[in-house]
Amino acid sequence: MFDKILIANRGEIACRVIKSAQKMGIKTVAVYSDADRNALHVQMADESVHIGPPPSAQSYLLKEKILQACLDTGAQAVHPGYGFLSENSEFCEALAEAGITFIGPRTHAIQAMGDKITSKQLADDAGVNTIPGFSDVLRDGDHAVEIANKLGYPVMLKATAGGGGKGMRVAYDDAECREGFERASNEARTGFGDDRMFVEKFIEEPRHIEIQIIADSHGNVVYLNERECSLQRRHQKVIEEAPSPFLDNETRKMMGEQAVALAKAVEYQSAGTVEFIVDAKRNFYFLEMNTRLQVEHPITELITGFDLVELMIHVANGEQLPIRQSDVGINGWAIESRVYAEDPFRNFLPSTGRLVYYRPPASDEHVRVDTGVFEGGEVSMFYDPMIAKLVTHGDTRDEAIAHMRSALDRFLIRGVTSNISFLSSLMVHPRFVSGNMSTNMIGEEYPDGFHPADVPHEDPTIFISVAASMLRGYRDRAAQIDGQLYGHERRVRDDWVVLMNDVQHPVTVVSVQGGHDVQYNGNTYAVRSQWEFGQPLFSGSINGVEIFVQVEREDQTYRLFHNGSQADVKVITPKVAEYLQYMPVKVPPDMSKFLLSPMPGLLVSLAVEEGQAVNAGEELAVLEAMKMENTLLAERDCVVSKINFETGASLAVDDKIMEFE
Amino acid sequence: MQEIIEQLEEKRKAAAMGGGQARIDKQHARGKLTARERIDLLLDEDSFEEWDTFVEHRCTDFGMADKKVPGDGVVTGYGTVNGRVVFVFSQDFTVFGGSLSEAHAEKICKVMDQAMKVGAPIIGLNDSGGARIQEGVASLGGYAEVFQRNVLASGVVPQISLIMGPCAGGAVYSPAMTDFIFMVKDSSYMFVTGPDVVKTVTHEEVTAEELGGATTHSTISGVCDRSYDNDVDALMMLRRFINYLPPNNRENPPFRPTPDSASRKEMSLDTLVPGNPNLPYDMKELIFKVADDNEFWELQPEHAQNIIIGFTRMDGHTVGVVANQPLVLAGCLDIKSSIKAGRFVRFCDAFNIPILTFVDVPGFMPGTSQEYGGIIKHGAKLLFAYAEATVPKVTVITRKAYGGAYDVMSSKHLRGDVNLAWPSAEIAVMGPKGAVEIIFRSDIGDEKKIAERTEEYRRKFANPFIAGSRGYIDDVIAPHETRKRVCRSLAMLKDKQLDNPWRKHDNIPL
Repeated sequence: MFDKILIANRGEIACRVIKSAQKMGIKTVAVYSDADRNALHVQMADESVHIGPPPSAQSYLLKEKILQACLDTGAQAVHPGYGFLSENSEFCEALAEAGITFIGPRTHAIQAMGDKITSKQLADDAGVNTIPGFSDVLRDGDHAVEIANKLGYPVMLKATAGGGGKGMRVAYDDAECREGFERASNEARTGFGDDRMFVEKFIEEPRHIEIQIIADSHGNVVYLNERECSLQRRHQKVIEEAPSPFLDNETRKMMGEQAVALAKAVEYQSAGTVEFIVDAKRNFYFLEMNTRLQVEHPITELITGFDLVELMIHVANGEQLPIRQSDVGINGWAIESRVYAEDPFRNFLPSTGRLVYYRPPASDEHVRVDTGVFEGGEVSMFYDPMIAKLVTHGDTRDEAIAHMRSALDRFLIRGVTSNISFLSSLMVHPRFVSGNMSTNMIGEEYPDGFHPADVPHEDPTIFISVAASMLRGYRDRAAQIDGQLYGHERRVRDDWVVLMNDVQHPVTVVSVQGGHDVQYNGNTYAVRSQWEFGQPLFSGSINGVEIFVQVEREDQTYRLFHNGSQADVKVITPKVAEYLQYMPVKVPPDMSKFLLSPMPGLLVSLAVEEGQAVNAGEELAVLEAMKMENTLLAERDCVVSKINFETGASLAVDDKIMEFE
Repeated sequence: MQEIIEQLEEKRKAAAMGGGQARIDKQHARGKLTARERIDLLLDEDSFEEWDTFVEHRCTDFGMADKKVPGDGVVTGYGTVNGRVVFVFSQDFTVFGGSLSEAHAEKICKVMDQAMKVGAPIIGLNDSGGARIQEGVASLGGYAEVFQRNVLASGVVPQISLIMGPCAGGAVYSPAMTDFIFMVKDSSYMFVTGPDVVKTVTHEEVTAEELGGATTHSTISGVCDRSYDNDVDALMMLRRFINYLPPNNRENPPFRPTPDSASRKEMSLDTLVPGNPNLPYDMKELIFKVADDNEFWELQPEHAQNIIIGFTRMDGHTVGVVANQPLVLAGCLDIKSSIKAGRFVRFCDAFNIPILTFVDVPGFMPGTSQEYGGIIKHGAKLLFAYAEATVPKVTVITRKAYGGAYDVMSSKHLRGDVNLAWPSAEIAVMGPKGAVEIIFRSDIGDEKKIAERTEEYRRKFANPFIAGSRGYIDDVIAPHETRKRVCRSLAMLKDKQLDNPWRKHDNIPL
């Protein structure tokens, strides 16, 4: 076995690989850029090597630097994680020449599967179902339109080197096809250095179901059943689960066997994933094969009980797979939520900065957290905004969902904005709960983006009773202040009014052992908690049911978060409630006359000039952040009166890019 | 007897109605509460003891003889906030526009005198059109009587003004001399001369809101310590604010128990200061994470944001916090921030409130506007305030402590009791680059040499060790143990005794 391996990655996956290596008694080497000097993976590894400035093209993507790091530290093998160099055959070759083992598939498998056109041909030959399409490289936009018309719309334009939603566009007509071709090939050129494009028939109402396989160098291939990753937002997976609520045993077996056949056809070794698209009639088509460890591999680990990283290291070491197909079962249900540093209420734009608070739920038999950051750490603008994966396991799907809801309620992230509320809202969404998903679900259910109003709380009494209890405690404590007038000390009343989102709810709050009994609307809510003032997470119970509510406080207002919804709550005396009727309603200033920068980033281009009239929906400017170009569009017809920044400017959130008349 | 009781009830009812239902409705329509409603919200329930309900003005000119309202436009008395006594006067805009008559002033003076005798805070809820013009000079005399008491009470009992309506002309000077001014947005304004006079004299067109509204005073002028959306919010927050203050200068600030452990660690503070000395960070994160229950009551949050001031509690005891804010102007000291923090330090010193100072200061702000504005004298105010303060002073240097600004910020030399530094602290005359360009002037132009010298200077001074070797720093601490170390220092200093030499009073550079 290897004595020492190098992990050519960062973030949660680097940490996750280090954990398995440590368990196996293997020493680990981390690599890091300037931006990751204090990152978690660097802290966890036995040693670490600096490989360059923050941009990944100058650090994590530099094969030579990583090779040198191996030589300098004596690492005998490299685990590439996912992304970066994980599917880079030149890197594999360079390692091989230096006598260092690549913990992953061999070069020719990466090459064959890395090219979407070749891989489709190979799949076809191996008897794997494939989508009808045109398997040659497109010459240009016109060519794309010509082929698209032959296949019939809708079509999917894909970069041969693409992945992770980048370099992909769906088109429903000629104009979209032409534009999609340009955009996707541009993204592919900047993102992967390869702008070759192809086109195929686009399947509607599709489900994304993939088969995990593991193979050794002795020709043994085992499939570890499926993962369903249908919940995607703009081709980015958001929530994955294993098994799929949609598959029957027969389909599962057919898919598994086809995946194995494909793996054998390319003499695959290591962990890999064969992605399929499945239509409503359970017809499945080969999509692509990912020749690496997937982001969502933990759910497979939880239902099969195997450590995929450990298996990868064993087979990379030339050992036989320790498992046979008959050893693989499905134990219970696992769900993974991808936690992104992005603002769901601002069109999911990336959020960067310091993690003022970062407290994931504790790991236990039902909860696993794969995290790459820590409280006080930094979410950098240079890398993927995914900061953690929250995985839960239960005997049934419903149990796994229940654990996920609770775990999300406990996941505390402040300083940067996270998509926790969005994840929570999906966990209670009827379509998800019933398992009736498709890859279009998020787009269909949240057509105008995600808004706090999308998540009305299923039971607002939770907020009311928790707030009443918290504030009663606060007032009881305030009444303990010293220096009070003897014989006229403060007595705290029992009747209060909970003001929630400007609606008044009268309550009676009585202090009892371990909490408060809150009477509201004729019902009694027994709120019990050890919560103390200043703690950002209220954990306790209401009528014996465990509950977690996150708390943010500003002056008298408590902002409470639960199950994806939030409420601004004040607890006031009946007298205050009465006098509030006289208080004027203040209208926030009108910002519609400005184009505000939705996130920190670089102003790549301006599409308009001062004095120009624009129509609603027209492009105003392009902002680049997190390697993604974001086009800012006019929300209504208007005339640009002033432009405050020049192309190339670095913008902060809410900078006024331009003003309208 | 029965008759008298009936008369009494009648008078009370009349007094309670102030200027009558129509005017009360008008006051409500403006989004304002009446004088009595305000007291009702400010004080503990049923704790208000009203005085002088039956006082009436004595003016007979201009038909005033038959226009009398019991109370004469101000409600006065005392009551409790969280069981602690405060004296209060609340001007009633529904009665003669809350204008100040001789009798009205006498009522205010009476509660002020009593507050001084018993040692309790005075709270003024101001909502007044100004002097009672019908009374002429008698009204002016009334103002001066109040001013004189404001001055004598200064530093003896806390005085707080909440401006809830107009406050113009000479009337502004009573709040101006109190310790804190809070305002209500959109319904209060303060100025010495109103928009009409301004227009006549300087030809400036300005609205009352622009000239002296809550936003103006809490951002530009710094006259206002905190502003609130409406009367209710302002009064609720004022209740909380009083909880921080001692009743007078002979007593310690109140203790409020906390479940928050004094030895709580905050590991994330270890990464608060960025590796790059030119990058800012939010000093408020440190304050919140070190404070009891993460609670910090900031004053003047929108004015001179390069310095942060406010109250918090450490292990249950009130502490005044002063901190440079690297996010704004790199945290440097300038005229406005020196005045802001200087006055706050003096308040804390006057009322036995220990001062906790967090330092990250690159120096004083350079430039003609600062020099012409008198930064020399204004900067000296903060220096003076720290130097004369005898309350416990605990200082934590988080990063830069450069030049004269290092001395100013509660340094050891100004009788700092406990001066701690984080490992990231750099105590030096100036930043390495600037220093090298002076010491090695002849090398300017030779980038390599300058870089070498800069590195040499950085190694020598950009750390807490030189200051530590001279005893200017008592200890270098891990950022995550800041709360524990500060709490213990303050506990040790609880009975600190220190007196300045006798004098009539000092002569701070005003």
